[in-house]
Amino acid sequence: MFKFKEWFTHHLEDNVREGELTPYHYTNPYLIGLLLGLVLLATFVIMGRGLGASGALSTVVAVGVETVAPSAVENNDFYKGYLGDGTQSPFKDWLVFEVIGLVIGGFISGAIAGRTKMMVEKGPRFTNKKRFLFAFIGGALMGFGAKMARGCTSGQGLTGGAALSLGGWAFMLMVFAGAYATAYFVRRQWI
Amino acid sequence: MTAPFYKFGYFNDEVSLIIAFVIGLFFGFVLERGGFGSGRMLAAQFYFTDMRVFKVMFTAIVTAMIGLFYFAWMGFLDLSLVYYGDTYLLPQIVGGLILGIGFVIGGYCPGTSGVAIATGKLDAIFYALGGFFGIFVFGEMFPLLKDFFYSTHMGKVNLPQFFHVSYGFVLLVVILVAIAGFTLVEWGEKVVAKKRTENK
Repeated sequence: MFKFKEWFTHHLEDNVREGELTPYHYTNPYLIGLLLGLVLLATFVIMGRGLGASGALSTVVAVGVETVAPSAVENNDFYKGYLGDGTQSPFKDWLVFEVIGLVIGGFISGAIAGRTKMMVEKGPRFTNKKRFLFAFIGGALMGFGAKMARGCTSGQGLTGGAALSLGGWAFMLMVFAGAYATAYFVRRQWI
Repeated sequence: MTAPFYKFGYFNDEVSLIIAFVIGLFFGFVLERGGFGSGRMLAAQFYFTDMRVFKVMFTAIVTAMIGLFYFAWMGFLDLSLVYYGDTYLLPQIVGGLILGIGFVIGGYCPGTSGVAIATGKLDAIFYALGGFFGIFVFGEMFPLLKDFFYSTHMGKVNLPQFFHVSYGFVLLVVILVAIAGFTLVEWGEKVVAKKRTENK
């Protein structure tokens, strides 16, 4: 194959399939941080806004609720915020397009690096079934929390952080506080 | 002032969606490349075995923060036109806490779960389903949560305004904290790694 691919795949042996987590299978974290920062900066410069993720999920939920029970949406400002003024599809939304790109971009990177094998992310002492249950519970907490905080790690953490938003920084500190405080109780899942 | 381009009307909404898609491509690529498609890697952060998440997040924030400041200082970018959400302090503190708990239980955050699903992580599918469910619960409970959700509204406020110091000063503090943080975690990782080999 060509050299470009080699450069990306010289650490093909994926650490997550090994017992130990070793960092060098992925690109250097500081370099990745720099690149991620430049993507964020480009978004600021081009769009005058930052990155996000949970907003796109909310659009899907809002449209789902509206489809099933239109009356439930009428008096609910939360759902309404994601449905727009009705002149165009709620999916014609900046974050929705960004997240579609994110999924494809993630796949391209994974494919180049040989990391697209079906698998379950968990520690060696945890069953798949339990892991799926925990993933669902964690996802639900995250969805709820992100809506309460008006954004997730991308929208509040990265974007708010770089823009020095007070709410963004308060949010981020609490994310780490919440996660570190809980880590001990779910350690069997991961280590 | 020429930036943000969109706010100065250089292109229309249709084009902005294409840009969103392209930016998303880069975003997803970089996240996967950084190891954020792996739930174990993201969780390792909270057991001090691998501090990638911290390093990547903080480097990204510092990079974009310095870039913003520099472009504004050059007169290229109008900082007041850069959108970020208003601060609602209490809901954001409580929301952040719930999200943090969900992070270590679920193993992902909304953006990284997309990358994880794209690279075949089956648990991330359950995570995303949970995410939809959590948002649905929030939506259904919204009438009850409304008062709290809109409480402690402080407007679009940043750290320099809140602490009554200059933008450059906050910048400097964040950079110094970042450098101190990086030094600390690099040292900490070595200590933990040494301990783990000794225990074997």
